Amino acid sequence: MQQALVHDLAERRTLAQTRWQAKTQADVYITVGMGTCGIAAGANDALKGIQRELEARGIRAEISEVGCVGMCSYEPMVEIQARGRERINYGNVTTRQVKEIFRHYFDGGALRKAVIVGQVMPTTTESHSHVLHSLSFRSIDAGEQIPFQSKQLRIVLSNCGLIDPESIDDYLAVDGYSALEKALLEMTPEEVIEEVLNSGLRGRGGGGFPTGLKWRFARATPSWPKYVICNADEGDPGAFMDRSVLEGDPHSVIEGMIIAGYAIGAEYGYIYARAEYPLAIRRLQIAIEQARELGLLGKDIMGSGFNFELQIKEGAGAFVCGEETALMNSIMGERGQPWPRPPYPAVSGVWNKPSNVNNVKSYAYTPRILRLGADWFKSLGTENSPGTAVFALTGQTQRTGLIEVPMGITLREIIFDVGGGVPNGKQFKAVQTGGPLGGCLPDAYLDTPVDFDSLRAAGAVMGSGGMIVADESTCMVEFAKYFMRFVVDESCGKCPPCRIGSTRMLEILERITAGEGTMSDLDEIKRLARGMQLGSLCALGQLAPSPVLSVIRHFEDEFVAHIENKECPAHVCQNLITYRVIPDLCTGCMVCARNCAVQAISGEKLQVHEIDPEICVRCGLCYAVCNFDAIEIISPR
Amino acid sequence: MSKTNQHDIELNLMDEVFAQYGEEKGALIPVLQKAQALYGYLPPEVLQHISRRMKIPVSKVYGVATFYAQFYLERRGRHVLRLCDGTACHVKGTPILLTALEDHYHLQPGETTEDNELTVEIVYCLGSCALAPVAVFDGTVMGRMKQKTLLNTIKKRTDLK
Repeated sequence: MQQALVHDLAERRTLAQTRWQAKTQADVYITVGMGTCGIAAGANDALKGIQRELEARGIRAEISEVGCVGMCSYEPMVEIQARGRERINYGNVTTRQVKEIFRHYFDGGALRKAVIVGQVMPTTTESHSHVLHSLSFRSIDAGEQIPFQSKQLRIVLSNCGLIDPESIDDYLAVDGYSALEKALLEMTPEEVIEEVLNSGLRGRGGGGFPTGLKWRFARATPSWPKYVICNADEGDPGAFMDRSVLEGDPHSVIEGMIIAGYAIGAEYGYIYARAEYPLAIRRLQIAIEQARELGLLGKDIMGSGFNFELQIKEGAGAFVCGEETALMNSIMGERGQPWPRPPYPAVSGVWNKPSNVNNVKSYAYTPRILRLGADWFKSLGTENSPGTAVFALTGQTQRTGLIEVPMGITLREIIFDVGGGVPNGKQFKAVQTGGPLGGCLPDAYLDTPVDFDSLRAAGAVMGSGGMIVADESTCMVEFAKYFMRFVVDESCGKCPPCRIGSTRMLEILERITAGEGTMSDLDEIKRLARGMQLGSLCALGQLAPSPVLSVIRHFEDEFVAHIENKECPAHVCQNLITYRVIPDLCTGCMVCARNCAVQAISGEKLQVHEIDPEICVRCGLCYAVCNFDAIEIISPR
Repeated sequence: MSKTNQHDIELNLMDEVFAQYGEEKGALIPVLQKAQALYGYLPPEVLQHISRRMKIPVSKVYGVATFYAQFYLERRGRHVLRLCDGTACHVKGTPILLTALEDHYHLQPGETTEDNELTVEIVYCLGSCALAPVAVFDGTVMGRMKQKTLLNTIKKRTDLK
């Protein structure tokens, strides 16, 4: 029985590899990036355009819909490869640009709106006779990796953009499910845990707790049944790493979860995914059905005697459900409120049974670690934070997107080398990691290495992977206020330190940004913060003061400017600014007056206009529409 | 977009949902999600019906329905505009978009126009931060949104002036 099943999988894999070869080496091979960002930017229409163009040209091509390669600012992205020729990745390919890129690739025509992102090179990493397939992007002329890719190391994102996430054959062709085969047939559960522990993998949800240790605790609890839970409730604003993994490579998460189930002795798993990620949920559903069809989920997997089943639980919109105990309450159909720990989930979790909760990426790393070896993983990154870190780099950088970099890289390298620095000649001001529960760092900390411990020491956190860059036009007090408002909205209300503390803190911040703060407010914030840190039930309340505290620590001068001078140095806080026409630059074109919603702007045609500060609501529309930069913002008023 | 009005709620539409989830532990949230998909929102009659059929106290059904942001206990506008106020969008200009809506339509986030034409909501991060600020109008994601484009879209696609 066992032989036959393993044999079946081997046969299917051989077939899948043959198909993969045929597909990627077809006369013409085209891939279209079909992540949420790509689709939002118009990838569906581009795909239709490509099909029309192929028909018109009489070309037979293999088209593959792939996940996101992470370069969101170039979406929609299309790759073309004719047999024997280079594989080119084009960006900004909306449906109108399809003809353009075909003319460029096949006829040597010029590009107008589409751009060449780079030449795509399939890459491989080998270790312990297993291979990790991935893609790298080189510039056409220099042959070097393009800047966005130069410092990247794609492990957990290796399949994103490479394979069709809706095809289990594609996943099998790139060695998928071979880690599961190895675990089930060659290793004991203890050996699997040992291997994960030896790799030094730390929880990628942000906590950084050793994954292997978590598994060991769950295995050690003498109770049954046990549950494996994947936390895909990625709620941090500005973070979309998990979404990309789920959309681009869902099978790796499923494989990781089955392995975890085998390791801890669980036969059932839940994937708790945000309802805001419909595409990720759909692809997961497809992947689960495919795995079930091949007997990779279900009874007696590969004849090993091990059973495992998986179910997706859709969230209903509550940030706090990213906290593991709240998440488990939500799985059980309750309000998503946390419970005090201990008992930890490894002892008593969902349905009061031992449960192992890990982040999407933690599970997705696991098959790669089992295939290529703990020693390989440990050789990457830093000693205490091995492997790579995945960040969603957003905000004010030249290039934004999803990046995977080795741990230990500095913030400066990420922001300036990978991200290309701050655009429009503006100055870098701060980088924020960890979202509403993280912190921000000023330029003096740019050489901080990115790993769990160094970031924490500097006053920020690794978080689950959001990295937001703010330039000089960002008001740090307003930034802190924004995060506090988020916490006020998302506090579950169970424990008073979080519920009341965050509300009081928001009131203080609102006072300060309105120009009504006093210096003693800063002490009051710190006092409230201590109460929240010590008294809150879960990480949401305990860490909610972090953004405000880090702004006080690193940007105290901005607080002082708001309080003492009634000035917003970044010209953001509406109560502290006023708009004024610069007479020398105003041409009297009337554009601002026409656009003003409250008729605060007066002046005849070709005469210098004037803004009445009494009527003006400071919406900034005039500032945005003026073609002559003739409107300035002044603070203090 | 609700398929019924307040006086005419076909509760038997739910039978299929109960058939699907009848035996499952902890199925309240998916049942509420399906109910909302059927009726467009969760009217009191439906909450009571779910309570009876699933043998869960109505207080708990109400508690869960009001806890999660995704559930609506009130009817929504024919068109729904969702503005992302995630960090990247916030930094790139969502507050200015909100000001425009307030000025033109006296709409605050979470409100619906009196003629039931448009509902405006805030969402925190749709994960498309590179396209910030992002607006979603009736399910269509629109990136790099500017005040003018937003107001034009509303004028073009709704009956609002």
